[in-house]
Amino acid sequence: MGIIEAAKLIFEYAKYSEEGNIESVVRAIDGIDLDIEPGQFIAILGHNGSGKSTLAKQMNAILTPTDGTLYVDGKDTRREENIWPIRQTAGMVFQNPDNQIIGTVVEEDVGFGPENMGVPTEEIWERVEKSLKSVGMWEYRKNSPNKLSGGQKQRVAIAGVVAMRPKCIVLDEPTAMLDPNGRREVISTAQELNKKEGVTVILITHYMDEVIDADKVFVMDKGKIVMQGTPREIFAQVEKLKQYRLDVPQVTLLSYELRQAGVNLPECVLTVEELLEELEKIRQQEGEDHGNQN
Amino acid sequence: MAIKIENLSYVYSVGDAFEKKALDQINLLIPDGQFIGVIGHTGSGKSTLIQHLNGLLRATSGKIFYNDQCIYDENFEMRKLREKVGLVFQYPEHQLFEATVMEDVCFGPKNQGLSETEIKERAAEALRQVGLSEEYYGKSPFELSGGQKRRVAIAGILAMHPEVLVLDEPTAGLDPRGRDEILDQIAKLHRERKITVILVSHSMEDVANYVERIIVMNKGCVTFDGAPREVFQHYRELEQIGLAAPKVTYVTKGLQERGWNIDTMVTTVEEAKNAILDALRS
Amino acid sequence: MIRDITIGQYYPADSVIHRLDPRVKLVATIVYIISLFMFKSWSGYVLATLALLAVIRISKVPLRFMMKGLKSILVLLMITVIFNLFLTPGEPLIQIWKLTITKEGLSTAIFMFFRLIYLIMGSSVLTLTTTPNNLTDGLEKGLSPLKKLHVPVHEIAMMMSIALRFIPILLEETDKIMKAQMARGADFESGGLIQKTKSLIPLLVPLFISAFRRANDLAMAMEARGYRGGEGRTMMKPLIYKRRDKIAYGVMVAYLLVMFGVTRLI
Repeated sequence: MGIIEAAKLIFEYAKYSEEGNIESVVRAIDGIDLDIEPGQFIAILGHNGSGKSTLAKQMNAILTPTDGTLYVDGKDTRREENIWPIRQTAGMVFQNPDNQIIGTVVEEDVGFGPENMGVPTEEIWERVEKSLKSVGMWEYRKNSPNKLSGGQKQRVAIAGVVAMRPKCIVLDEPTAMLDPNGRREVISTAQELNKKEGVTVILITHYMDEVIDADKVFVMDKGKIVMQGTPREIFAQVEKLKQYRLDVPQVTLLSYELRQAGVNLPECVLTVEELLEELEKIRQQEGEDHGNQN
Repeated sequence: MAIKIENLSYVYSVGDAFEKKALDQINLLIPDGQFIGVIGHTGSGKSTLIQHLNGLLRATSGKIFYNDQCIYDENFEMRKLREKVGLVFQYPEHQLFEATVMEDVCFGPKNQGLSETEIKERAAEALRQVGLSEEYYGKSPFELSGGQKRRVAIAGILAMHPEVLVLDEPTAGLDPRGRDEILDQIAKLHRERKITVILVSHSMEDVANYVERIIVMNKGCVTFDGAPREVFQHYRELEQIGLAAPKVTYVTKGLQERGWNIDTMVTTVEEAKNAILDALRS
Repeated sequence: MIRDITIGQYYPADSVIHRLDPRVKLVATIVYIISLFMFKSWSGYVLATLALLAVIRISKVPLRFMMKGLKSILVLLMITVIFNLFLTPGEPLIQIWKLTITKEGLSTAIFMFFRLIYLIMGSSVLTLTTTPNNLTDGLEKGLSPLKKLHVPVHEIAMMMSIALRFIPILLEETDKIMKAQMARGADFESGGLIQKTKSLIPLLVPLFISAFRRANDLAMAMEARGYRGGEGRTMMKPLIYKRRDKIAYGVMVAYLLVMFGVTRLI
């Protein structure tokens, strides 16, 4: 059974006019079906306003369906009594590093979740140590979060979620406000958690480079899932992605352009290494062809 | 007519335990009409540098000349400088405060003391330049999407008719299309109004696609300064200071290492495509 | 300017003072402040100085760092001193124009000067050696009897701790918005009172919006991490009196006794 299962999920919210009357109803999520297997690294792509953040908040029961269902680890998010177990199962990391750190010292912040869960004191300390070590922030445990870099703050936020021992971590645009180094730090931390601890990771982003290693990619537009598949399958469709206000990694774009110009490359190339291999093959082949002609 | 920076240094919290040199002996000449990219990792001093250009920060030592006049001279009008050098901060949409888009864009020209009609004209013109259609003028800026808000904020600076436009990470947090739209608008402004544009960015790809000159900052110093194709030749040194060249530069470099006879001075997809095609044909 | 504010700043170090129970430190600070106002002889001040210096030394917080916090009250300090100096009636000492410095005035001014400085430094020791969370935990536990009177002690403590965490962030934000508006030609300095107040709108509106946005984000982040009030929460750093805390209370009593004795005898 999937760790996150959505069936015909719909979410609407009302827009109010200045007089307080309902002006219009916005459908942010429009009939989504999802089945995410435990242990996978999932990426959800979509432009700003495509509904991807709203979907993320559904997975943590911060928002609940207007219609349709969403099950997190077999628990229905619409049922009041499931809310706390669900928040423990699916931890969430948000976009702005400053607005999600509650503690004034790194270790106290990481302990916040376990404290809320009623974990005994001694175990809190064990969990804090383990999770700070797993994101590589152990030596900063006594620091003030205000003195850390953006990437470091996000790693602390991830540790704060890890300390709650979730089966699944939802990262809602965790890198949008970071510089390239910070982005790398956060993504590799998430990848490591997925590989070493077997935690299901759901990464929501609009940076194409970050999803190359995902097991599966979903593309959202206007509240719907419009594309899904492996990164290779998704990035092969350059034109379609552009239509959804998205992009492909630069190397993929280069190989796409070369293909358009008649170079015999495979349909989708994701990394520099791959492209080098393929081009080298082509050159050797051409060399042989030349040789045969002569 | 240009900005000249001479031996500029800036030190934070002078004389206490937290003293930190943010800028160290910077010398730069920024001629009129250039499109410049400033890159460097967080804390390299690039944001500090641009805040000197319109006098928001005052150098600890050194001088800045705007059109041959030192901006630290006693009779120099700092207000005029802030009109001439328009600075768009990171996440500029956070500074919006008026009830309507139009009024917010008028704030700058109003502070310049222009006539009512001219204020309106300039604001409308600036909004057109950032590609925001008339239906939004009367709306509250807080009803707009993130990308639209950002354009309103940029229009707020453009309406002051700056001669130099400085943008700190104008595309941060935008999706790929939003990013392209903003950068295209800026490039168009640069072409049509012939203003100097200084673009601070984390994205090597963006910088390579748009600018004619790159200034690389590290630890408060200028490490490299030149055309993108020259600067990105130093990709190994760039990596050492936490930066990189665009991915396509790595492709051509990689091919060269494998014995290809190929032009490696490429920084954009277009250039890389042509270089590879040429190499395959020969 | 904004950098100089040290309120709510924590100085991380490993010292006995840092490890003391926050309740002990709260009580000690109150006791110390009371002692400053109770004893009015020179000898009492010598003792108070020695006690303060000893505590600062043990706390491993550099003295210079403590002095920095005094900068912000310099004006207040000067006003108090001047008022006391010139306005206390008594035996005239020096006469300058129409102002008279009396003997009593001089001594009150000096006393007041030291009292205020020690008061600030004494409370700085508390905030510099206690993390805000720890401090609010201390307050929460110390005030917990009030829960019976339906005072939301936990909530008050949580609000305090969050406020303390966001002070530096909002100060930084103020600085940023101010610069952004100055880049648009805003003038925060010149003009009369009305003009000045009006010029604050471009600063205050974005600042409030940002504060609300942050509050909203933070509430969501706290909920996502399972926060639902004080019920059923455990503590990562529960407050249990240890031996050193009891000793500290002993030292406090001794300080009061010695103070009492010294000021009466000498």
